[in-house]
Order: sequence, then C-alpha cells, then structure tokens
Amino acid sequence: MTLCLVITAIVTLLAAVCAMSLRNLVHCALTLAVSFSGIAAIYLQLDAEFVGFTEILVYVGAVAILVVMAILLTRSGETTQPSVLTSGRLDLIGKFAGIGVTAAIFTTLGWAILSSSVLAKPGAVAPQVTVKDIGEVLMTRYVLPLEIVGLVLTAAMIGAVIIAYKEEAKSRSQVLPGAQTKTATSNQPAVVPPAENILKKAGVA
Amino acid sequence: MFDQIDQIFVTSLHRVVGFLPEAWRPLASSILCIGFIVSVFPGLFAIVTVLERKGLGRIQNRYGPNRVGIPFTKIRLAGFGQFAADGIKALIKEDVVPRAADKVVHFLAPVVLLIPVLLTYAVLPFGKNMTVADYDAGLLFFLAVGGGVELSVFMAGWSSRNKYSLLGAMRAIAQMLSYEIPLILSAISVVMIVGSLNLSEIVKHQDHYTFGIAHWHVFTPWGLAGFLLFFTASLAESNRTPFDLPEAESEIIAGYFTEYSGFKFALFFLGEYLGMFAITGLGVTLFLGGWTAPFSCLTWVPSYVWFLAKMLSIVFIFIWIRGTLPRLRMDQLMNLAWKFMLPLALLNIVVAAIWFYMGRDWPRWFICSGIIVMAYLALGRTLMKHQHLGKRIYRYAE
Amino acid sequence: MSPLQFCLLVSALLFAIGFAGAVTRRHAILALVGIELMLNAANLNLIAFWRFGPHPELLTGFIFVLFSMALAAAEAAVGLALVIAIYRHKKTSNLDEVKELKG
Repeated sequence: MTLCLVITAIVTLLAAVCAMSLRNLVHCALTLAVSFSGIAAIYLQLDAEFVGFTEILVYVGAVAILVVMAILLTRSGETTQPSVLTSGRLDLIGKFAGIGVTAAIFTTLGWAILSSSVLAKPGAVAPQVTVKDIGEVLMTRYVLPLEIVGLVLTAAMIGAVIIAYKEEAKSRSQVLPGAQTKTATSNQPAVVPPAENILKKAGVA
Repeated sequence: MFDQIDQIFVTSLHRVVGFLPEAWRPLASSILCIGFIVSVFPGLFAIVTVLERKGLGRIQNRYGPNRVGIPFTKIRLAGFGQFAADGIKALIKEDVVPRAADKVVHFLAPVVLLIPVLLTYAVLPFGKNMTVADYDAGLLFFLAVGGGVELSVFMAGWSSRNKYSLLGAMRAIAQMLSYEIPLILSAISVVMIVGSLNLSEIVKHQDHYTFGIAHWHVFTPWGLAGFLLFFTASLAESNRTPFDLPEAESEIIAGYFTEYSGFKFALFFLGEYLGMFAITGLGVTLFLGGWTAPFSCLTWVPSYVWFLAKMLSIVFIFIWIRGTLPRLRMDQLMNLAWKFMLPLALLNIVVAAIWFYMGRDWPRWFICSGIIVMAYLALGRTLMKHQHLGKRIYRYAE
Repeated sequence: MSPLQFCLLVSALLFAIGFAGAVTRRHAILALVGIELMLNAANLNLIAFWRFGPHPELLTGFIFVLFSMALAAAEAAVGLALVIAIYRHKKTSNLDEVKELKG
C-alpha cells in the first residue's frame, strides 16, 4: 500500500466527486476523464499493464469524447444546471434521500471489507502478465466470449447510428392529426421539401 | 569500435548512474532519459520549423526565412536563427484571454496537449537498446496515450467561447477519431506478422539481411500498403495538409487555437510538431526498420543516426506534401477515412495473414500484391464514379 | 489494512459516488456518467481480486475486465445515442421532463 497508490486513489475519488456534483456539464465531463486516468494509474500499480492501457484507450480516448460530444449535441454546455439551493423542497428531499442511500451502501460495503479476515491476508507475488499469455488465453479458453463481444460491439455500433440518425423531413409530417404534440409541430420550422421551394422560386421569379 | 559509438549513450548513462547509490539509480536513469528527450526533440522542432518554412518557400518559388541569424548581431545564419526570434516573440507577447472564456480550461488545454505527446516518446526505440520504457505492450501504450490529444483539442475549442473555435474543435475531433482506426488497423497487420506488441521486438524482426537488403516491412506487399495507409492516417492525425481543415487560415481563422496568443500558441505549435515527430517515429519503427540500416554494408553507421535520418526524411515528405497538395473538404476527408481507408486496412490484415501462411516461396508475392492492387483499383473506381472530374488543365503565368 | 482491502474500499467509494450521481442528478447524460463510474468501480474490484487472490496466472479477472470494458463502451455509445434522439424529439435532456409515454 504505497504512498503513490494512496495519492492516486485520493485524486481519483476527488475527480469522481467533482464529476458528479459540478454545475457546468463540460467540467463534469473533463473531471470524469481525470478520474478515468486515475483508475488507469491504479491498474498500472496493480501490475495490470494491459488493462491500464486499454482503460486509457477506451475510456479516456473514446467514452469521455462521446460524453463531451453528447453534451455539445444536446446543447447542455450552454446553461448551467440549477444548484441545490434554488431547487424546490421536493428536489432537496430527493437529493438527500439519494445521498443517504449512497452512504448506506458505502457503509455496508466498507464494514464488510474491513471486518473480513480473509481479505486482511498479505498480498500474493506480483504476476508477470505478458501479452502473449493474454492472447493465448483469449484464443483458447475465452474464444466464445471474444466472438460474442465482437457481435455485440457491431450490433451496438449499428444500433447507435440508427438511433441517432437524423430523420428525413417527410417522416415528420406523419404526426397523427389528434395528437397535441407541442414539441413536434410548433418548434419545427415549416418543413417544405427543397425541390418545391426551388420550383416555387423559379415560378415566382 | 563502431559498436562503441553505437552504444555510447547507453554506456554513458550507465556510467553516470553508477555514481549514485543503489536506491536512487532507477529514478536518476529516468530523469536523465527524460532530460535527453525533452532537450533533443524540441531542438529538432526548432530546426524543422525553419526548414519547413524554407522548404515551403522554395516550393512556392520564393526564399524562406533567410535573414535572422544570431539575435542582436549581424551574423546571418541563412535564417536558422528564426526559431530563436519566434521563441522570444512568443514569450514577450501579451497573453490575451477572452473575457467570456473559461479560464481554467483555457489555461490547461496546451498542458493537456503536451503531456500525452511527450509520453509517447517513452516507448520509441531510438537506437539499439535505446528505449526509455520497454513495455511489453508498447504499441498499445503509444496508441492509447495518443488519444489524449483529442481531449485537449476539445478543451481548447470549447473554452474559448468562440463559434469558430468550437467548430474547428469538433471538426478536428471527428477527423482524429476517424483516422485513428486506419492507423491502428494498419499497425495490427505488423503486430500479426511479428507476434508481439513490443516495439523493440518489432524492430529486431526487421534486422535480417538477404542479398544485402534489409527485411524491412515496407518491402513486402502488405507492408507497403500498410505503410501508405499509416502515412496518410498520420498526416490526418497531425492535422497537416491535405487534412488541415480544422486549423487552416483561409477556412476558419485558426480553428481551435484562435483565441490563444503568445506562449500558449507556441506550446500548441510545439505540441503539434512533437506529435508529428512521434507518429513518424512510430511509422519508421513499424514499417521502415526502426534503427536498422537498409543495406548490410552500411551497418557501421550508428543506429540512432539511422532512426533520425529516416524520421527526418518522412518529415521532409510531410513538408513536400504540404506545399504541393490542396486541402480536402470535410466530407471528402471523412469519406476517405471510412469508405476507402478502413476497408483497405481490413483487407491488409487478411493479406498479411495470407502472406504468413503461404510459407517462404515466391508465389506469395504475386498473390498478395495482386489482391491489394485489385482491391485498391476496384474501391477507388467505385468511389470515384460519381465525381465527374474533368481532365486537369494547367494555366501558367505568361 | 492490506492493499487488497484498500483497493476494495476505493472501489466501494467510487461505486457509491457513481450511484449517488446517477440517482440524484437530473440530467440524462450525468446519469450515464454515474453508470460509467459504477462500471469502472466494478472493474477495479475485479482487478484487485485478480491481483491479490489465488491463481493470478489464470488471468480470469483480467479477461473479465477486458470484456467488461468493451461492453461498457458499447453501452455508453448506445445510451448517449438515445439521449441525443430524445433531445431531438423533446428538446430537453432533463429526466424529470421526459415522463410521458406519448410521443
């Protein structure tokens, strides 16, 4: 339990607290990236080199950027979130209840960890993991999960693209006549297909 | 004797570190290596900026900077003091921060750019036994840490509260993310053949000579295709022309570093060039044999000289391309990455596998080259079918 | 306190922080950020047990974490795509306002 590990853990936890409590969403995303790199540093100190590098590649290099892009695309970076003091009483009760449940979870887990005698034994010898071992084990024992994860990633990629795909203009006009959707009609500009626009302009001019 | 010159840095490091007590040796060794990298590569950056401006000037039929020599004297070193003048200017310029900018993030963006870029130098093998941190998964470390640059680009663009900066930042992130995939896939074909992610191991795999010519990966069909893909992707990763839409002066002022002035701008510039050196260093390691000599009669030249020479020649080609090719539009850029380079990179992996399993006889050259050339022509022709480009007409000034 | 207990405490605290954020914050993206923190805490737990437990040469915890990271990234991608799609439809990403099933 070296000093380095303690300092890294404190930095990670502070960054995680900031990521969940700051009012400016982009600051939340950036402190989230800091906490991810802190976790990667902890992995490196636990002799899990490959997992640490993968964490930086996947989380800091991709998930943090995804979160940032989502914040930009939903225009949440402009307004700051309402602070605790300005929200209503119900919100305050809800927040305290949430934090109370969190404290209960952490107390239970912490008590279980600290009072266990199995976990208090000294650590084992550091294993020397080479990439060759990981490759061998991935291709012999865990080849089925590997292929399934490949399928899941492909499905997730295609699904994400389809969900976030911008719909064409004509599908917006298929709103049911009786629906009082204030979002679908009043906030959209008049959707006239561009070809008609050009023809109208040509006809007028 | 040539071996001694070759290993002179390693032996002198061991000798200097040997003066210290046992417990301090790893720390001292690391600090000396870091000092070496931090002094050599920014020095190289300084020389390369001047060479780039002179090279671009010559391509554009004019002289580049040729007046600034030693500052405050009249000695003209054919313009090579320009970097000192630029550095002094950057340091004494006023540091303007927009009033509406997010000050902390604005301040941290150049720092967050430099840290991952400097970290990537830790795994490059500069010469024989000359890697600072010889990780077992060195290539993964390089590619993982290189992804930290995108976060810095976003921080710079967003914190300036300027719509041009934000637009440039989003374009730059989209471009960097899209081109990381052909970059990684073309490196995977090398990893497959060598069987290791360790960069020193990859260089050692290219250290054999047949008929006097080295076994560099670029001399194989999949290696040549992989190198060209890697080269194009690294042009895009460093935001160089023809992929410099996010930071081009005629398009978007200066993109994500519009609001930076003075030393922070110099730090961005430094970070960009250091990134360029790092990724050319990786390309040299993966495909061009790292520190090995091309011909077996030239192995007496020290290994670090070969590495530097190859890296600088690739940088020269970068500069040449910058002066010659026009810029790509954003949709052309993205189409190139996703529709052209990604399928070719995936096919390159398959071709590398075919190469490996066909044994050491001569037909594999024809089959592998044939597959790659046919795929390139088919994909290229299909994608260009709707472009309707006419014949090129040149007009000269009379 | 052994190193294993320390890592497990850190992981438990990280999980608790992620849970607090996912449950109390009203913005959809922050809920997803909380979920990512919880997944990271679980991964840290697995790596700690792999490192300090019996038979680390079997690499079981290691491989579990690799797969877990891949799946967490996929889930973050789909979740954020959903948030973007909901924003496009409802013009808000406040979870309290997205409470009607009718489109």
